[in-house]
Amino acid sequence: MELLRQTFWLLWKDLLLELRRRESILAMFFFGTLLLFVFHFAFEIPAERAAEMAPGLLWLAFIFTGTLGLTQLFQAERENHCLEALLLGPMDRAGLYLAKVSFNLFLMLLVELTVFPLFWVLFNLAFWELLPSLFLVALLGTIGFCVLGTLFSAVTLKARARELLLPLILFPLMIPVILATVRGMEIVFRTGQFEEALPWLRLLLGFDVIFLTAGFLVFEWVIEA
Amino acid sequence: MAQVTQKKGRGRKIVGILALLFVLLGLYFGLIKAPPDAYQGEVQRIMYLHIPSILTAYLSFFIVFVGSCLFLWKREKRDDILASSAAEIGVLFTGLTIIEGSIWGKPTWGVWWTWDARLTLTAILCLIFVGYLMLRSLIEDETRGAVCSAVLGIIGFLDIPLIHMSVYWWRTLHQPPSILRPDKTPWENIHPSMLIALAINFVAFILLYFYLLSLRFRLGEMKEEVKTSKLYGGAS
Repeated sequence: MELLRQTFWLLWKDLLLELRRRESILAMFFFGTLLLFVFHFAFEIPAERAAEMAPGLLWLAFIFTGTLGLTQLFQAERENHCLEALLLGPMDRAGLYLAKVSFNLFLMLLVELTVFPLFWVLFNLAFWELLPSLFLVALLGTIGFCVLGTLFSAVTLKARARELLLPLILFPLMIPVILATVRGMEIVFRTGQFEEALPWLRLLLGFDVIFLTAGFLVFEWVIEA
Repeated sequence: MAQVTQKKGRGRKIVGILALLFVLLGLYFGLIKAPPDAYQGEVQRIMYLHIPSILTAYLSFFIVFVGSCLFLWKREKRDDILASSAAEIGVLFTGLTIIEGSIWGKPTWGVWWTWDARLTLTAILCLIFVGYLMLRSLIEDETRGAVCSAVLGIIGFLDIPLIHMSVYWWRTLHQPPSILRPDKTPWENIHPSMLIALAINFVAFILLYFYLLSLRFRLGEMKEEVKTSKLYGGAS
């Protein structure tokens, strides 16, 4: 209970900071939108092929914007030795981890909530009724991305060239999430229901649980080292 | 101290000489003694290097995992040196496996590379541990670098079954294991002389691996010693 209370206040701090500065969310949102345009210039997607390319393109846009968010995730703590001050407090380090995961999740979901419909509008897609189910698949994938991404954002915190290093480490580890989310979304697109996508969803759920637990356990060592 | 080092040095030399002997023996058995494959012909002989090198690479990543766990648990420098040495050699052997596989794949499958499950898995493994090496080189604080790379070593290892599962569901072209199969004993699936050649090469690779590992480990230790002696004004 104490852990949840601490997590809540740490999350509240980040949300408040973001509300005042609006740096990450704006950058992520515009980058996501920009990517949709870039994709169109790169592939000249005709309307009839947009549906089949949507899962891959959307998910690409999400992991790029997510990486952008991750590199900024500990920015506030890096300045003026805020991290050291934060760690002086008598709190569970796992609480800090959970707060950062939820904060990054919150940002990414906000971006996804806007980029999804935008994609539909820009590429003239018809199946609006599929949006909620697709969003659910993306949610499981996004959790996996944030869970591992937050841990490695902390790992690369004091490294040289950390913005470059983070995706280099993170993307290979993310292969199961990328594959499962894209395949899952594609199946939902094709069949309109979840049944066939279930193995992929289970894989995503397993990934989320395994790495949330692992991150929860090892975060303390990473942040204090 | 000097005596122990000398003894270890001698042990390493013996392993090195044995490795050389077995590599030569393996080459003889693989290239000359074993018959060419009935379907694939001479090109199949790459198998004698391909299978041992990927198995050694897997062993290497397991050692990274064990070393990382031990380091996080006991915080002893030598576990960190072990993990990082194993990661370096693991990347080497994975790279070799991919290159050998390509050379074999071109005449057999007609392509250098294909997005098959096992190939993809091997390439991703290689990328994860290249990331591991980059992480080590980019963190200046040594203790932090060791802790962070240990975390990556553990997470990377935990990720392997998931990557394995996802790429297998995605696609499969690589032939299933042809020697170790549940329905038959190994010597029914392969000519005994081929099995012998494979076994000798396997021993050769394991010996070579441990020889390289102990060299790399010693190098890590020596770097540590130099650092300590500098720290205490050259008196060591």
